[in-house]
Amino acid sequence: MANIPEDLKYTRTHEWVRLEGDVVTLGITDFAQHELSDIVYVEVTTVGKTVKNEEAIGTIEAVKAVSDLYAPVAGTVVEGNESLRDSPATVNQDPYGAGWIAKIKVASQSELAGLLDAAAYAEVVKKSVHH
Amino acid sequence: MSNYTPFHDRHLAAGGRMVDFAGYDLPVQFKGIIPEHRRVRTTVGVFDVSHMGRIEVRGRDALGWLNRMTTNDAAKLDVNQAQYSVLCYEDGGIVDDLVVYRLADCWLLVVNGANNEKDTAWLKEHLSGDVEMKNVTPAVAQLAIQGPKAEPTMQRICSADLARIGFYWAGRATVAGVDGLISRTGYTGEDGFEVYFPAEHAGKVWDDVFASGREFEIEPIGLGARDTLRLEMKMALYGNDIDKTTNPIEAGLGWVVALDKPGGFIGCEVLKKVNEEKPARRLVCLEMEDRSIPRPHYRILAQETEIGLVTSGTMSPSLNKGIALGYVQRKYAKADTLVAVDVRGRAAPARIVKPPFYKHGSRK
Repeated sequence: MANIPEDLKYTRTHEWVRLEGDVVTLGITDFAQHELSDIVYVEVTTVGKTVKNEEAIGTIEAVKAVSDLYAPVAGTVVEGNESLRDSPATVNQDPYGAGWIAKIKVASQSELAGLLDAAAYAEVVKKSVHH
Repeated sequence: MSNYTPFHDRHLAAGGRMVDFAGYDLPVQFKGIIPEHRRVRTTVGVFDVSHMGRIEVRGRDALGWLNRMTTNDAAKLDVNQAQYSVLCYEDGGIVDDLVVYRLADCWLLVVNGANNEKDTAWLKEHLSGDVEMKNVTPAVAQLAIQGPKAEPTMQRICSADLARIGFYWAGRATVAGVDGLISRTGYTGEDGFEVYFPAEHAGKVWDDVFASGREFEIEPIGLGARDTLRLEMKMALYGNDIDKTTNPIEAGLGWVVALDKPGGFIGCEVLKKVNEEKPARRLVCLEMEDRSIPRPHYRILAQETEIGLVTSGTMSPSLNKGIALGYVQRKYAKADTLVAVDVRGRAAPARIVKPPFYKHGSRK
């Protein structure tokens, strides 16, 4: 079963969010990294840009497939995790820690209301498992 | 509901991540595509390829009929020899690619799993003379053991002297005490074997192969690494790189098209014309010049104009860069031509390169 820390918030598209002041750190969940497997390239294409909720802010390439990374909240993308450039597999090894992907300065605190708690995200995962 | 191959319980026991492929529940990966890919390139890995279609052909007119159905010249085969070949439609489009074995008591055709039914129907439709065809797919297990340590792994459990079985040759032998057929064939660019034997002995053969290869850290390999391994060698995948809308000449398979064999074959006239006039497009190898990764259906560009489409693309675990196969207009098909691939709206630089991408395979 995928690791879903209690202290984080989640999206239906398998991003996690940690709020510190008015900046959220985000990445993809343990479930998502396991599904993608073998992550070989991570690119945040929107650093410095203002983005809407659910807008694509970057891409994650696994060996077999590419997927978009979506903004879990509206705001300004203030940072991408530069260390992933040389070691993208960190997202596989430590998705909630060193494998964080981007930071967004949130437009307003109300943005956070739509996020899922761990229990609600666990339900999303349950429905995503194909066997 | 997917079918199970005879190794299904072994995949589950090894922690395979199962997906539907060609109507079978098969492992896409075990440890991960990259470590599995490296395992095959460095020592030895095992692939369940029982989803492939296996068709036996017998009869007085079998050779003549096969030569009419396939593009390569089956008359050149000695007993226990195999050849790569293609089935074409009248218009030169590809029904399937396959391996044809000439055995002492029959011919064996090994076709793509996803095309097994289609091919069987196509062949049946064209049966003539004293030819008998039998699809033996479910009764026969097929296992591929691939990598530079495939021979020492198999020699210990095989009754045949494997040093005497050359590339694309086969022999009847016992493997793990089970009577079957072993051939030096594969889809990885490495030395290796495929073994065919009665499905009821699958578990025993699997277990003995793994016990024998333990010192080489033998591992099961999923469909994901099978794809990256074949792509690094520019081996075509039906449904991606070749299909009914492509012909073997433009796909670079002219070396298995015997245009001059007596009596010709289905599609021969069209392919002769394509060959004389030269095809309008060619399947080429593309290496990315930056860190982007090409994917199927991405556009290939020259001076911002579309010159073709990617048919297969991946990150190459051996080269650690993006590689692709794709069709481009002939004038762009030369090695070292600089082109671009439209990677989600960005023109990423790429270079046409000579096949294969990976040049250090152990294949003999």
